Amino acid sequence: MNELLRQLLYLPPQASTVARGVDHFHMVVIITSVLGAVGVAAAVALFLIRYGRRREEGRGGMRAAGGRVAHVPFGLEIGVIGGLLALFVTFGVIGFRQFVHLRTPPPGAMEIYVVGKQWMWSYAYPDGSATNHDLYVPVGKPIKLLMTSRDVIHSFWVPAFRQKQDVVPGRMTTLWFEVAEPGTYEVLCAEYCGTQHSTMRGRVIALDAEAYARWSEGRAAPEQDLAAQGERRAAEVGCLRCHTVDGAPHIGPTFAGMFGSQVRLATGQRVVADAAYVTESMMDPEVKIHAGFLPVMPSYRGILQAGDTAAIVAYLRKLGEVTASQPVSPPAQGLPGVHAPAEEIP
Amino acid sequence: MIPDHPAAAPAEPVVHEIDFWRDGRTVGSWLLTKDHKRIGIMFLAGVTLALLVGGVFALILRLELLTPDRTFIGPNAFNQLFTHHGVVMIFLFMIPAIPAGFGNFFVPIMIGARDVAFPRLNLASFYVYVAGAILLLATLLIGGLDTGWTFYTPYSTTSYSTVALAVVGVFVVGVSSILTGLNFIVTIHTLRAEGVTWHRMPLFVWAIYATSIIQVLATPVLGMSVLLVGADRVLHWGLFEPALGGDPVLFQHLFWFYSHPAVYIMILPAMGVVSEVVSSFSHNPPISYRAIAYSSLGIAFIGFLTWGHHMFVSGMSVFDAGAFGILSMFVAIFSAVKVFTWTATLYRGRIAVTTPLLYFFGFTFLFVFGGMSGVALATASLDIPWHDTYFVVAHFHFIMVGGTLTGFLAALHYWFPKVTGRMYSERWGLVSSMLVTLGFFFTFMPQFLLGNAGMPRRYWSYPAHYQWMNVLSTAGASVLALGLLITFGYLTAAVLRGRRAGPNPWGSRSYEWRVPSPPPTHNFETLPRWRKGPYDYHYGNGGAGNGDDRQHA
Amino acid sequence: MATTASTPEPAAPHGLAGPYHSVPARDNALHLGVWVFLGSETLLFAALFALYAGYRAGYGADFHTAAHHNEMWIGSLNTLVLIVSSFFVAWAVHLVRTGRPRPAVWSLAATILLGLTFLGLKTLEYTHHFAEGIKPGAAYANEALPGPGPRMFFTLYYAMTGLHALHVIAGLIVIACMLIGVRRLRINAARPTLLEIGGLYWHLVDIVWIFLWPLLYLT
Repeated sequence: MNELLRQLLYLPPQASTVARGVDHFHMVVIITSVLGAVGVAAAVALFLIRYGRRREEGRGGMRAAGGRVAHVPFGLEIGVIGGLLALFVTFGVIGFRQFVHLRTPPPGAMEIYVVGKQWMWSYAYPDGSATNHDLYVPVGKPIKLLMTSRDVIHSFWVPAFRQKQDVVPGRMTTLWFEVAEPGTYEVLCAEYCGTQHSTMRGRVIALDAEAYARWSEGRAAPEQDLAAQGERRAAEVGCLRCHTVDGAPHIGPTFAGMFGSQVRLATGQRVVADAAYVTESMMDPEVKIHAGFLPVMPSYRGILQAGDTAAIVAYLRKLGEVTASQPVSPPAQGLPGVHAPAEEIP
Repeated sequence: MIPDHPAAAPAEPVVHEIDFWRDGRTVGSWLLTKDHKRIGIMFLAGVTLALLVGGVFALILRLELLTPDRTFIGPNAFNQLFTHHGVVMIFLFMIPAIPAGFGNFFVPIMIGARDVAFPRLNLASFYVYVAGAILLLATLLIGGLDTGWTFYTPYSTTSYSTVALAVVGVFVVGVSSILTGLNFIVTIHTLRAEGVTWHRMPLFVWAIYATSIIQVLATPVLGMSVLLVGADRVLHWGLFEPALGGDPVLFQHLFWFYSHPAVYIMILPAMGVVSEVVSSFSHNPPISYRAIAYSSLGIAFIGFLTWGHHMFVSGMSVFDAGAFGILSMFVAIFSAVKVFTWTATLYRGRIAVTTPLLYFFGFTFLFVFGGMSGVALATASLDIPWHDTYFVVAHFHFIMVGGTLTGFLAALHYWFPKVTGRMYSERWGLVSSMLVTLGFFFTFMPQFLLGNAGMPRRYWSYPAHYQWMNVLSTAGASVLALGLLITFGYLTAAVLRGRRAGPNPWGSRSYEWRVPSPPPTHNFETLPRWRKGPYDYHYGNGGAGNGDDRQHA
Repeated sequence: MATTASTPEPAAPHGLAGPYHSVPARDNALHLGVWVFLGSETLLFAALFALYAGYRAGYGADFHTAAHHNEMWIGSLNTLVLIVSSFFVAWAVHLVRTGRPRPAVWSLAATILLGLTFLGLKTLEYTHHFAEGIKPGAAYANEALPGPGPRMFFTLYYAMTGLHALHVIAGLIVIACMLIGVRRLRINAARPTLLEIGGLYWHLVDIVWIFLWPLLYLT
């Protein structure tokens, strides 16, 4: 039945764990809508035929008076409207709960970075490798995508998974899925983004455990794990010129113990230094300034690729476990060449 | 607020006025007219031209979509065409067509007034519309616009296309809309003739009143939003640019704060037409006058609170999604009230099946199904797969074409004898209404399936397995176009050679049928004092049949 | 049947053109019309207030610091200037209603003077800002208050006060027309409406400022 309706409604294969539930709800709502529309139209057609004026009465004429006054019981009116309202609200509540489910990644999901840019998708994996266009995932494990855009708003849409989320520059959005069946599934950009919007495609290649293992090994194995790669890259691009790794105060906040800790911003706000925070700090460092530090960090947009970012995040995550030798604090007054900010914002 | 008792007005010259068409035949007498009827006609001419232009764009799009890759135009041209299709159809046709066209013509007559409150402002609103239209046309010719009618940032602030000129055009057209709305609100409050109380007005006037409130309050926000896009673009203000600390999603909030109520600007007047058509051709009063009147106000009010349902996939919190979803369900129920009332009004009527009523029949199915597809989208979870796919395109075309355009066509036929003094051919009306309804159905029903299958909107090229549904949709569009062309053909012929119509060919009780066809310039020789209400189909002398519900034999 | 001139309108008292048959009726309509118009103007500014609220939620203390940087004395003086100017408009309405056009003209002249003072103070303020590198958007270059938060605050500041200043200019044009009308006695005790509605517009301009002032100076 599910399969019959799915085909009748031209729905894609139900390749993710949420697809079936979404489709079932879809079918209920659509069938109700069709029945409702047909029912109303049928009632109107019935009345048009049943109560049509006979030809000799003509269309007009003041004497073509109305029929006997119909008295629609107030109860019927309230019943119909109340019933419809209850139906709509029920749909709303069911949909809302399903929405929460679709938007809440299960804990422990494998995180993969996605970057959308005009007009392609690129991905970075936990082990440090990166691919373009094709996203490789294992079947049967929840996957959480951490997505951002390099330029304009795009949208990551996998019809077979029934999942879609806008990809916005300057922030990170998430999308999760768990693939039920191995296969290749189309990715389409679903937010108009310019000339080649309609060719900004990709694929999710879901592999069963064995094939996934083969794929992981088969790739040009990175010489180091992701965190080690991150350490190398951080040194290469100059992070360590301003950030220490042992807790010593310097121009930027120390990396030791930072990842996962609470950071107080210059605005007074407190945020957690998670993957999104550090990624944003690399790309748009002026958006969130750690309290007590000068906003002098340059942006690494264009310098660090998606793979680099992921690697550095992994490196910072590892350093997050290092206990800082001192509490993280801004450099003392009088550090040569450094002017402390006039006053810390209360 | 009731104007002076007519008996107190000075004695008027006993002149049998000639009809408004013949009262002044120079171009100047039209271009400088203060007659609301002439202004309404000029608006109708403008919106019809816009419908034609927007329709041509749509046909080109559908032809391009016959094949999965390039058929005969490239992606930039395609992107500009769908943008201009949207901009022209929405701002130059859908928003002004019924209110500024038929509303201008009929609202004063329907309340027993000689004109709208501010006739010169009315003329000005027409010229502002024309100015905005010229700016938008100029945009098309100078570089084009390719941002989509929705102008999402940061694409709109960085696109190569001519955005700044376009946003000025949109702003200007918005001013016209505000002026129209302002005029109607004051007119309806202050110019109702003696005896035309709020509950003795034709329901079309209630619809225009609710529409006008939305126009006045929502349009300024659109104006501001698009101007800020212009500022971001030209002056690099960065209000919506992440690199300068801006948030592109905030633009979406501002934009949809207008654009959701805007869809009610587009549908409420059509619903007003439907109310008139249903009663006039069934010779039954509406089963509940207050239900129709107040549901219009309900839609106008709640419609301001639901804009977030366009943004479920933008990254908003689940809390926001829940709130907007539930509010959207409430706005849907007001439409359900109307559909129930109209259907029940037909019960035991004495129904003349004419072209307007045939359009009403089409409206019933198309609007109910289109509306339900909206309820489906508002459930939020179903919007995740459907957002930005052809499902949404089908949904809004069902409502806008199946709803508003159908209402517009019904109005054209229903009021044709009153405006022109002639009758159109019912036979041609039957043929073309069937072509329009069937053509429409085959254009947009496949698009629901295309959306289900996952085809995103605004796609110049698409995966090959979507092709057959695209071909079917294009075929339907050709039939729809044919139906519309035939409609304008026989209506034009009828203007020139149609059989003369009397003041009330439909036997309607509504007030506009109590003046000559076509009406004289000042509508009434003496201001009317109507004893019978506009839906007084069952009573001989005075009495109910209007705003009183629960009628009794 | 050939036509020459168009059919004359049914005669109305006072040579009143348009659909109203009495002056009170028309004046009532003009009042309602202005209120509706003020409603639309309110929503126009509301869009900017909404943007301000959205960004303030994000940039919190940055907005606070940046607002502190604005010269409160200019802002507060401007508030006083506008409030007094509104008083003069209201006083002029009263004078016209009680048949004293000459002092009314002076009162309106005072309004215009105060309005110009407002614009002058704003110009002074903008000049100060520009000198410090405080300009909207990408042109923002103030070192004491770097970063996206202050930049956004000041961009919104320019947008909001700029839109308001445009309305002040429009309002001054309206008041000037009213002044001429009163002087020529076309606006008089029997027909004060145009001044009343012009005055309402000026009051809106004042009220908008009263909301801008705390958000941009006092916060």
